[in-house]
Amino acid sequence: MFSWDLLANAVVAGLLLGGFYAAVSLGIGLVFGLLDIANIAQPAFLVLGAYMSFVLNEVWGIDPIVTGVLLTPVFYLIGAVVYRVYYGSFERRGDEGLRGLVFFFGILFILEVSLSLKFGVDYRLVQAEYIGRSIEIAGVGIAFRYLIPCVMGIAMTATLYLFLSRTFYGRAIMAVSQDQGALRLMGANPVQIKTIAFGIGIAAASLAGALLITITPVVPSTDRDYIGRMFAITVLGGMGSIGGTLAAGVILGVIESLMATFFGPSWAPAVSFGILLLVLAVRPAGLFGR
Amino acid sequence: MRRAGWPLLIGVAVVVVGIAIASLRANPYLYFAGYVILQYIVIATAWNILGGYAGYVNFGTPAFFALGAYTAVFLIRSVKPPLPVLMLAGGLVAGLLGLGIGYLTLRLRGVFFSIATLALSVVLQTVMVNWEYVGGSRGLSVIRPSGPPFGNYVVFLFTIMVALAVFAVLVARFIERSWIGRGLSALRDNEEAAECMGVPTLRLKLFATTVSGFLLGLAGAPFPYYVTFIEPNSAFALDYAVNALAMPMIGGTTSWIGPVIGAVLLGSAQQLATVTISSELSLLIVGVVLVGFVVVAPEGILGLIRRLRGR
Repeated sequence: MFSWDLLANAVVAGLLLGGFYAAVSLGIGLVFGLLDIANIAQPAFLVLGAYMSFVLNEVWGIDPIVTGVLLTPVFYLIGAVVYRVYYGSFERRGDEGLRGLVFFFGILFILEVSLSLKFGVDYRLVQAEYIGRSIEIAGVGIAFRYLIPCVMGIAMTATLYLFLSRTFYGRAIMAVSQDQGALRLMGANPVQIKTIAFGIGIAAASLAGALLITITPVVPSTDRDYIGRMFAITVLGGMGSIGGTLAAGVILGVIESLMATFFGPSWAPAVSFGILLLVLAVRPAGLFGR
Repeated sequence: MRRAGWPLLIGVAVVVVGIAIASLRANPYLYFAGYVILQYIVIATAWNILGGYAGYVNFGTPAFFALGAYTAVFLIRSVKPPLPVLMLAGGLVAGLLGLGIGYLTLRLRGVFFSIATLALSVVLQTVMVNWEYVGGSRGLSVIRPSGPPFGNYVVFLFTIMVALAVFAVLVARFIERSWIGRGLSALRDNEEAAECMGVPTLRLKLFATTVSGFLLGLAGAPFPYYVTFIEPNSAFALDYAVNALAMPMIGGTTSWIGPVIGAVLLGSAQQLATVTISSELSLLIVGVVLVGFVVVAPEGILGLIRRLRGR
């Protein structure tokens, strides 16, 4: 049953998966980790992004990742609108806790049900020239459909990190998470900054969704598997630490891959939630917590 | 004493009316649909004890419901006890899980508590998918016991659910009117302040999570006999989680009547939409109504009525 070859393959697959998980979790890391907006609907936007890639791939044969990039402005706008509704209905009244949570849960449900109304519950996948290919290094196979999302995930993490630390709006987002009043005194509008951050979070879901459907076929209920992963990674990474998100993504990826290899893939969904429960109970600040 | 007796009398009256309806031998579909609506009254009321009174949003309703159902399946396969024993066992096991969740509230508040309950639901579902004895991922056919006490089996289950719904509502009403309810609403508004004023917050939270879990488990236990086929995807359906919080939100979370109003309205609307249009579309309606209500009428129908009266 056990062999070093199998272990090496599982670890490499897990590392590659980890880069992709980081891409998936960046949006929630930004919105929930930094701004404390409990956007439970994020995984549904991820799956929406995957389905958009599927549609454009099916109709015009466009590469899924190109679709993901092209649609980021659309997702950004959707995100901005959702945040404005959220702000107007809950945050301004200081009512964001319970009802805000229910609001996002409702959006998640609406998106999931709408997708299954439109596309049914069959698995959907995309075609691209590189999806079937792989290379082999020292007996360890590396599939391109994992390698490309991993590289994209690392690139997205780096971009977001640079954006947050080097640009005006990025620094303003960091500032909003620390002290809204002070930011207002500096002449910036916290609501506007948060709208931008939320838009970026949803836009990231468009790209991550394209990566998702490159890796594996998607059904409307796929979002449920990612609720646990996203929040586990964000909490494990330390709420809003961008580098921590990547590290936590890789940790989760490797553990899931080992579980799938040695115990069977049906246990994989429990891993992330198990980690989440454990981290919340033992060290709620996460690995790289503030 | 006389005042306290009224709700019990009304409850008994409702059960009697329920039995009368059951003996009418109307269209069997009506009992089938009625069972679902009554089940939702129990679920929404149970959710509201924790979510509405104490302010802890539970997304893991399917976990408790399915735990009740799977406890029943386990017992049906092993010793096949009568239905009341099944229900009691399902309720107790789910209540124990509720107690565990209650201890979780020591460290987890707000969003984190909600995510943890969702996590719990997925972990439990994964366990059931991998547990072959209770059907695993393929599911298991459940054979109803022959010869119910009266009528056919669906009518019998319908009557049981009438009684259970009355019981759940009476429990919720009792909690709301007693010092427990006042303590819970104190900790909902400000947990630290309540603790400082000497409200035993931990004991109250443990009570709320346990009672809520117990009622959800009770509602889940007859489910295998109702559908005669148990399978993880339907037992852990996200629909329960959404309905459980949509119904109290629509009716109003501060009073016991709120979840009942929500469950009757939303439950019947879903049944109608399922028959006339499609079951997916009926779920879409639930989602849209839920989001619409939390945005436009956060206090639910009760809040709307109160606002109209206030004028």
